[in-house]
Amino acid sequence: MEFASAILLQVLELVLALLVAPLLTGWVNQCRAWLQNRSAPSLWLPYRQLAKLFEKEVVLAHNASGLFRAAPYFIFACMVLASAIVPTLSTDLPFGPAADVIALVGIFALARIFIALAGMDVGTSFGTLGARREMLIGFLAEPALLMVFFTASLISHSTSLSTIVETFAHREFAIHPSLAFAGVAFTMVSLAENARVPIDNPTTHLELTMIHEAMILEYSGRHLALIEWAATLKMYVYSCLGLALFFPWGIPQGALLSNLLIALPSLAVKLGVGGFLLAVIETASAKMRIFRAPEFLGTAFMMAVLGMLVHLLLETGK
Amino acid sequence: MSLSHYYGQFINLLAAILLLLSFAMLGQRRILSLINLFMAQGAVLCASTVVVALTTGQSHLYWSALITLVLKVFLLPWILHRLIRRLNVKWDVETLINIPTTMLIGIVLVIFSFNLALPISELAGTVTRSLLGIAMACVLLAFLMMITRSKAVPQVIGFLSMENGLFFAATSATYGMPMVVELGIALDVLVGTIILGVFFFQIREKFESLDIRHLEQLKED
Repeated sequence: MEFASAILLQVLELVLALLVAPLLTGWVNQCRAWLQNRSAPSLWLPYRQLAKLFEKEVVLAHNASGLFRAAPYFIFACMVLASAIVPTLSTDLPFGPAADVIALVGIFALARIFIALAGMDVGTSFGTLGARREMLIGFLAEPALLMVFFTASLISHSTSLSTIVETFAHREFAIHPSLAFAGVAFTMVSLAENARVPIDNPTTHLELTMIHEAMILEYSGRHLALIEWAATLKMYVYSCLGLALFFPWGIPQGALLSNLLIALPSLAVKLGVGGFLLAVIETASAKMRIFRAPEFLGTAFMMAVLGMLVHLLLETGK
Repeated sequence: MSLSHYYGQFINLLAAILLLLSFAMLGQRRILSLINLFMAQGAVLCASTVVVALTTGQSHLYWSALITLVLKVFLLPWILHRLIRRLNVKWDVETLINIPTTMLIGIVLVIFSFNLALPISELAGTVTRSLLGIAMACVLLAFLMMITRSKAVPQVIGFLSMENGLFFAATSATYGMPMVVELGIALDVLVGTIILGVFFFQIREKFESLDIRHLEQLKED
């Protein structure tokens, strides 16, 4: 019975991620429009765009290889897997032990490699440019992300996400100064990884400044829909990761269906507030030159390292 | 778990924020933001002093918190804002070493001071003993900022931030200094800032720039 409800919760979490992810993107776009005094687009716009793209036919370049056609499915699969691992509705999920935080970083890296290869596959200059920039940002962001996870792992003595969340949410309450550093670092990394404003502008139409958009210029139809959906999923997964690491309250421990009554509203409120804060950050900051990105991500890495140092100094040996 | 335990954790959090602000100052390019960061540092310092006072019940610490609030959150930032408005220096800060390298040196300094403070803090018996390392790191980071900046205003802010670190070390290691000493230091800092403000004008009048590298030449060529 316990196992069956755990499986059910896992499936529910996956379906929820797939359905809610475009809504989160729509919500962020809406908040941004409000903050910038524009009339806001509909909350359901991302869904309509996905539906439209799924109906359109796929146009392929003559020299596109099998990799180009396969990449969207791989990227989408990676993001679905990642959203199954991050605990949102319960910490006791059947998929939880399948991968720890380090494997999660690996899954993100796999998706990034596929999208970069697909960007270079057709051989247009913009695709290659975008792919190179993406790899530059990826290789700077990954160590910082790992350091954030290591800080959380040092506190909870485990690299498994379920255990980390259980430690933070259900043991006795303690203030961890190191998590403040890790939180700042995580915010910076997730801005960079999700192609948000200080690093990349998701709404740009200028090819020379694009990073993420430049790689997917050649895609159309259902391929593009899958990539867009994967991008919204990635943002959802990163938001849930941040919430799980830094605001884990409200994620229930056992795999009981009645826990959904607490888990769902708290998740909705946290995502809503988080999305609004993301829009505030994006409105308040200007896009950086690409050559400033290493400095930005270097700062994130330094913050994460400082978090570990502060943990070792202040929180051990008491 | 008692309330005083949470106080200890809260002071730790404030100390971490202080260190964070020191690093932010180290990486900051604009003078205006630098002053705002200095103001934030003063506010955190004031809060941490109040919390230490609450934990230990030392009433004179409330007074030093009040002095910190008035001096470092309101008066000094106001003087600095007025200075840069009158000097008309809102330009980007020039650094001698580029900022990522400065940050890396900063991390090395933090590790150094944490290591140095560890044996000392094991000897101490106060609640806040582990904060000595952070206080020392703040002092060294402010030192680094003074070394790597070539303009006069950021150097003065570095000096003031160093005083913040020293003050934090005093409250964390020994629950504050005697009132007379504290008042003396507060006055010193205030008068120092005012005199340095006068110096800014003199330096600029002489060299038509606030770059203190001009001061290294003894003769006019």
